[in-house]
Amino acid sequence: MSDTSTKHDAFLRVEDLRVHFPTADGVVKATDGLSFELARGKTLGIVGESGSGKSVSSSAILGLHRGTRAQVSGQILLEDVDLLQLSDEEMRRRRGLDVAMIFQDPLSAMHPYYTVGNQLVEAYRVHNNVSKKAARTRAIEMLERVGIPQPDRRVDDYPHQFSGGMRQRAMIAMGLINNPGLLIADEPTTALDVTVQAQILDLLQDLQREFNSAIIIITHDLGVVAEMADQVLVMYAGKAVEYGPTKELLVRPEMPYTWGLLSSVPDVTADTDSKLIPIPGNPPSLLNPPSGCAFHPRCPHKDKVPGRLCWTVQPELVPGRQGMGHLKRCHLPDPDQVYALEVLPEFDPELASELAQARIPDPAADAAAGPAAGPAAGTAAGTATPDTADERDAQ
Amino acid sequence: MTTEPVDELKPHPETSSLTGTPILEVEDLKMYFPVKSSGFLRRTIGHVQAVDGVSFQVRSGSSLGLVGESGCGKSTTGRLITRLYEPTAGRIEFDGRDIANLSERELHPLRRDIQMIFQDPYTSLNPRHTVGAIVGAPLAIHKVVPKDKILARVQELLEIVGLNPEHYNRYPHEFSGGQRQRIGIARALTLQPKLLVADEPVSALDVSIQAQVVNLLQDLQREFNIAFLFVAHDLAIVRHFCPEIAVMYLGKIVEIGDRETLYARPNHPYTQALLSAVPDVKQAKVGGRRERIRLEGDLPSPINPPSGCRFRTRCPIAQDICARVEPPLLQVGPTHKVACHFPGEVGKHPEKPITPRLLGVDDSGMPDLAAGPATDLPTGPGYSDTWFDLEHNTMGRA
Ligand SMILES: Nc1ncnc2c1ncn2[C@@H]1O[C@H](COP(=O)(O)OP(=O)(O)OP(=O)(O)O)[C@@H](O)[C@H]1O
Ligand SMILES: Nc1ncnc2c1ncn2[C@@H]1O[C@H](COP(=O)(O)OP(=O)(O)OP(=O)(O)O)[C@@H](O)[C@H]1O
Ligand code: SF4
Ligand code: SF4
Ligand SMILES: [Mg+2]
Ligand SMILES: [Mg+2]
Repeated sequence: MSDTSTKHDAFLRVEDLRVHFPTADGVVKATDGLSFELARGKTLGIVGESGSGKSVSSSAILGLHRGTRAQVSGQILLEDVDLLQLSDEEMRRRRGLDVAMIFQDPLSAMHPYYTVGNQLVEAYRVHNNVSKKAARTRAIEMLERVGIPQPDRRVDDYPHQFSGGMRQRAMIAMGLINNPGLLIADEPTTALDVTVQAQILDLLQDLQREFNSAIIIITHDLGVVAEMADQVLVMYAGKAVEYGPTKELLVRPEMPYTWGLLSSVPDVTADTDSKLIPIPGNPPSLLNPPSGCAFHPRCPHKDKVPGRLCWTVQPELVPGRQGMGHLKRCHLPDPDQVYALEVLPEFDPELASELAQARIPDPAADAAAGPAAGPAAGTAAGTATPDTADERDAQ
Repeated sequence: MTTEPVDELKPHPETSSLTGTPILEVEDLKMYFPVKSSGFLRRTIGHVQAVDGVSFQVRSGSSLGLVGESGCGKSTTGRLITRLYEPTAGRIEFDGRDIANLSERELHPLRRDIQMIFQDPYTSLNPRHTVGAIVGAPLAIHKVVPKDKILARVQELLEIVGLNPEHYNRYPHEFSGGQRQRIGIARALTLQPKLLVADEPVSALDVSIQAQVVNLLQDLQREFNIAFLFVAHDLAIVRHFCPEIAVMYLGKIVEIGDRETLYARPNHPYTQALLSAVPDVKQAKVGGRRERIRLEGDLPSPINPPSGCRFRTRCPIAQDICARVEPPLLQVGPTHKVACHFPGEVGKHPEKPITPRLLGVDDSGMPDLAAGPATDLPTGPGYSDTWFDLEHNTMGRA
């Protein structure tokens, strides 16, 4: 593979991916109709709470559900080749070569009884017909590349002799030893200190620049997404609920679950008197997902949508008001207004008043939003009592 | 909606909350774990200096946050306070009484007042006990309520932490992570402690659940006037929760102060590096990575810590003196202390060390026979009304 493949924009294209697990209690729809694209040299951030299907989806790209009871359907096109159609043998050949993954917990992903060097050598020799000696040289080179001091000596250490940050780097070295075009990093820094995290993220970016690889970074840390990703995909209950350029999605998010994620984490510069606003309730069951919009049992804004649509009709993932590239799955007709007038003032009053001042009154836009929602739906509901029955942290 | 403007003139909540009476005062606390050789004799061949001389106060009903890299001694400090460990040296004064060396029997009545919440909601609860038994156990052990009243009290506690009181006879595995953490909190609250040591209480939880638990802890703190020693590696959460924060590095406090000062104008190079590394959602507007201070290398071993300043092997502005003399934790503002020979805001570190005259050394850290060390250097816990004035390089006051 060369890094000149700019002929086609989408290096990776996932279409309507579904990963369903048949279980004794029914079918767990862990990934349920996911689509996204990723170009070379670009980074996609996937966020969402625990159990939303982030890992299951990305494991599918690596073909890790093969040989299990999981039912995988859809298309995973890597340079126009559908990975789901490949034979197991062919997929094995590509794994680690074209697509590599680094995991959250390097201790469980690395073999405890083999030295770090041996594992790197193995990873290299699977795909390259070279002598052990040449592979070892390559292993040391990679360890050096990821910033392990004295790599020629540390190469013979066992994983437990490395610190957490060093193990994570060794994992990255392993993932990148064959210069894969696509690297999937599943919570690569969750267990690490911020200083080490910053080093690892730097490293990923440096290597990305060097090899022009595409990166999928899975994380629950919106700060990491803000600094790393070109595009963000927000997942809820196995589906994309918002998808778009980071700059837009995190600055002008358009649907309530994304708002919830943003307002439930404090910011290092936020006003310390403001309260964190948790997303009420618990994540949904994937066996019996809620009717209509899967987020409706926890959504504080569902009453702003007329006709109980949130209970009955699942919203489509469609472009919002900020252009074709920014998609959202929500019935709210005037998300900008709700966000600016109700959500933002609660968790970031400063930015809210900044926005309010910058906003040029636009009666036309307001009128456009009006008919569907009824007059002033956005503001009136702000004083409505919350739907307590649904939002209590039900047991 | 909160639309009223922030009142600029009201007295600073930060400084006022740092003047309450301390419920806990820790001075020069040390914990050295012996390192044994692997052979038959298992001789002690060294010590892990997990905590090496920390001093601080926790004020009644307030919170002190402890942050720092993995392995810097945060949990060990917490475990010393709860006396799960006996310290190698130092004083732990709780409610006016030194508990550092009390025997288990003497400690028993105090255990009511100091409780701990653990990081991992999955392993810190006994899976074979019902929630009622877990939360009620401290009541039975300390015989605070008659047996037939325990259940009612347990249900009350479950209610307080937002769990269904009818679920007292369920087992931990029947609850989600966030709910399990609430069970742990209910257990810690059973005896109405005055001090709660919370060791990474939300780190294992999903972001949305984190907020629920943080809010719960804040409500409980207000309602029952509980003081917190709050250990966490998430700098934003700590800032949100704690009016005062201590930054640890390799067993020592390198900087401590009110949150506004510490986060807005940190003076220690390590604090500066730490804060600059926090990924920020607001960066989305700008795009790309935030400028940050890069730290080279890994945390050195606490068995053989570097001489002088422990941060010197990674410090971007270290000089000779840093390897020779340890910088004292010097008060440089009303509620701000820093342990560095060159304290200053980012990019404004002084060219010459500020400490030589206080320590009786020259600028390179060699002993200066003409000038003995200053004797009146305040090093204890808490803040005094005189401090070292960085602008004029002398001891001054407000
Ligand atoms: N082999 C399996 N059989 C049945 N259900 C499964 C299987 N693997 C995963 N699941 C379920 O699929 C859902 C999605 O899991 P996944 O690991 O993708 O979540 P995630 O978004 O990565 O969460 P986390 O942030 O906790 O890693 C979960 O509810 C999980 O329980
Ligand atoms: N029981 C023990 N015996 C020997 N060494 C120990 C023991 N407990 C902790 N240590 C060591 O003491 C140092 C401080 O550990 P501690 O657990 O207090 O760190 P921490 O700041 O809580 O780190 P983390 O953020 O990873 O929880 C570490 O080097 C650790 O390995
Ligand atoms: S569709 Fe309705 S329930 Fe779903 S997120 Fe939008 S407003 Fe909330
Ligand atoms: S004392 Fe020296 S090494 Fe330590 S933090 Fe200050 S400048 Fe850096
Ligand atoms: Mg996962
Ligand atoms: Mg710890």
